[in-house]
Amino acid sequence: MTTLQSPAATGARPAGPPVRRTRRSWTGWGFIGPFALVFALVFLAPLAYSIYLSLFRTQLIGGTSFVGLDNYEQALQDGRFWDGVLRVGLFLLVQVPIMLGLALLVALAIDSGRLFGKDFFRISVFLPYAVPAVVATLMWGFMYGPRFGLVGDINDAFGVRLPDPLSSDLILASIGNIVTWEFVGYNMLIFYSALRVVPHSLYEAAEIDGAGQWRVITAIKLPAIRGALVIATIFSIIGSFQLFNEPAILQKLAPNAITTDYTPNYYTYSLSFSGQQHNYSATVAIVMGVVTMIVAYVVQLRGMRKGA
Amino acid sequence: MPKHSRRLLRGLGLLCALALGATACGSDDDNSDQKAVGAADIQAALKKGGSVTVWAWEPTLKQVAADFEKKYPKVDINLVNAGTNNDQYKALQNAISAKKGVPDVAQIEYYALGQYALTKDVTDLKAYGADKLAGSYSPGPWNSVKSGDGVYGLPMDSGPMALFYNKKVFDKHRIAVPTTWDEYVEAARKLHKADPKAYITSDVGDAGLATSLLWQAGSHPYKVDGTKVGIDFTDAGAKKYTDTWQQLIDEKLLMPVVGWSDDWYKGLGDGTIATLPIGAWMPANFVSGVKDGSGDWRVAPLPQWTKGADTSSENGGSSLALPELGKNKELAYAFVEYANSGEGVQTRIENGAFPATTKDLNSEAFQNTEFPYFGGQKANKVFAESARNVPADWKYLPYQVYANSIFNDTVGKAYVSGTKLSQGLADWQEASLRYGSEQGFTIDK
Repeated sequence: MTTLQSPAATGARPAGPPVRRTRRSWTGWGFIGPFALVFALVFLAPLAYSIYLSLFRTQLIGGTSFVGLDNYEQALQDGRFWDGVLRVGLFLLVQVPIMLGLALLVALAIDSGRLFGKDFFRISVFLPYAVPAVVATLMWGFMYGPRFGLVGDINDAFGVRLPDPLSSDLILASIGNIVTWEFVGYNMLIFYSALRVVPHSLYEAAEIDGAGQWRVITAIKLPAIRGALVIATIFSIIGSFQLFNEPAILQKLAPNAITTDYTPNYYTYSLSFSGQQHNYSATVAIVMGVVTMIVAYVVQLRGMRKGA
Repeated sequence: MPKHSRRLLRGLGLLCALALGATACGSDDDNSDQKAVGAADIQAALKKGGSVTVWAWEPTLKQVAADFEKKYPKVDINLVNAGTNNDQYKALQNAISAKKGVPDVAQIEYYALGQYALTKDVTDLKAYGADKLAGSYSPGPWNSVKSGDGVYGLPMDSGPMALFYNKKVFDKHRIAVPTTWDEYVEAARKLHKADPKAYITSDVGDAGLATSLLWQAGSHPYKVDGTKVGIDFTDAGAKKYTDTWQQLIDEKLLMPVVGWSDDWYKGLGDGTIATLPIGAWMPANFVSGVKDGSGDWRVAPLPQWTKGADTSSENGGSSLALPELGKNKELAYAFVEYANSGEGVQTRIENGAFPATTKDLNSEAFQNTEFPYFGGQKANKVFAESARNVPADWKYLPYQVYANSIFNDTVGKAYVSGTKLSQGLADWQEASLRYGSEQGFTIDK
């Protein structure tokens, strides 16, 4: 039997004669150089440039001037921005649990081994994720059409009047539906692959102990994939805060329901491309990035702590 | 850790240097344009030759460019489609900011030209003798290319408003074609009652239509004096518009379908959208996009706000301008003049464009053109008449592109909630003024 001992306590291998390295070796840098360069170029540079931009203001009259943190002050008091944050926050609270719940249900069903044709289900549930978001939104947008779309056809065929999915009241739910459709498969795959690595011996042990399926799920499967759940939740939070494609495309169909500041990302896009306010747009993007980071970090901390 | 942050700092410094370089290294050789360029200079430049890059999405320019190159073999016209309206403006704005890749000629719509004129990003063409062409254009378009006493582009086409209507629908329900907007509302009621699926028109809030109707109603919402702007949507003209349009909205007489969408084209084709008040450039779109409606549609003068009047307004239309940072200005101007004032105009008319030049608008051949799509109607007569009746005193904001982009955020609310149209316009006014003051304009209350 071996016992673990801390390396310091063993003393078996002293650090050896202290070789003074007078010459600084650059070999290490040579190895990480290519990575560091690309990393700096594609991650750090755009970030730094956005921060740099956010400290200036360019006006049609008066040109560019350094304004320090004025843009940040404006962003913190900008009702249009915070309305957008609240909107994606609401979206997050409602859509993410539904989407992850569905994904978990499907993953458990496929993993249960009792599903006939599980490969078919796995592929077909995952398929929407392979459809580009833009195409998916255009497709759904067409189906939502109350006049000549699917909703319109149903209305005509059955003589009913379905509520208009593109109206101001329902548009957020309609967007949620599209996003859920797109991402259930993706999250299902994360959960499913996490479930696949649970050792089979645990199930056998559970069976010997006389545990039912429900007990197996709550006592073995869910705790085993907690990490995957947290990761999927964080991805979904970031995804919700970055909501852009769906509102940007549906805006053409429902211009009065989706304003140019509908989500924070769409707001930065409008500021930049129709308002020429690149500086302020960069500021809003940075503030939104910080908000996203904070929320994601809090969720991660809580999720992991419970896991410990 | 310190190593890491040092690297970060170094990267940051490099970036700043790059960014500063981009703004500071641009050569500033302005003030070179004030001397007049005579016809002789332009002729000399044409003889010498060179190349001109043109950014435009107007399809008829293709033939014009080919003809121009044939006439002046040493000149090479490089026609680029850099996107339609907003897409191209974004590209143009980016090129101007970067001071790189700026075209020598750019197509700019009338409502957007003011912004470029204000920042002097387009050349004042007075030095090239453009001001002498004043008399040859109809008043609406000409007024749109003028800013202060400068001329910042030559009108390419125009969009005098007319009422396109589906004659079959009107005949079927025995409704008279409205000549005033009051009759229009009445017709809308009758039609929708006779056929609940049919609407007088479709509208979910469109800045272009709203400003054109305000223009026709004699409203002057935008007051622009250099860098001073004022907006007022409460004058008598605006009230006429809101009173009338509010009835259409309240009684749900407008089909809630967005313009240029699939539904919209279908509605135009199957008779559920009965009329369309829009610019004279529309026929080509009918022919290509609404094949089902061929033979059903006709053109009538725009309904009037006062019975018996004959006022009209412009809707859309664009100019060709010379970006300040473009090269080969003489050649560029020569091309613009050829396309928009010279021989090119006829070529473009033959290919379906609607001109802005009075000579062509009034020519026998143009007015007598029969449109098979409109059952052989000589529609150009209606359009030309409309072009003559456009009040010349309308002004757009120097940042109308942005203002139009937030139209549905504000006025759009009137179409989907209990907000009144007048309140929507007041919100639009406020939001537009706020943007103006953020951009350094003096706000004239």
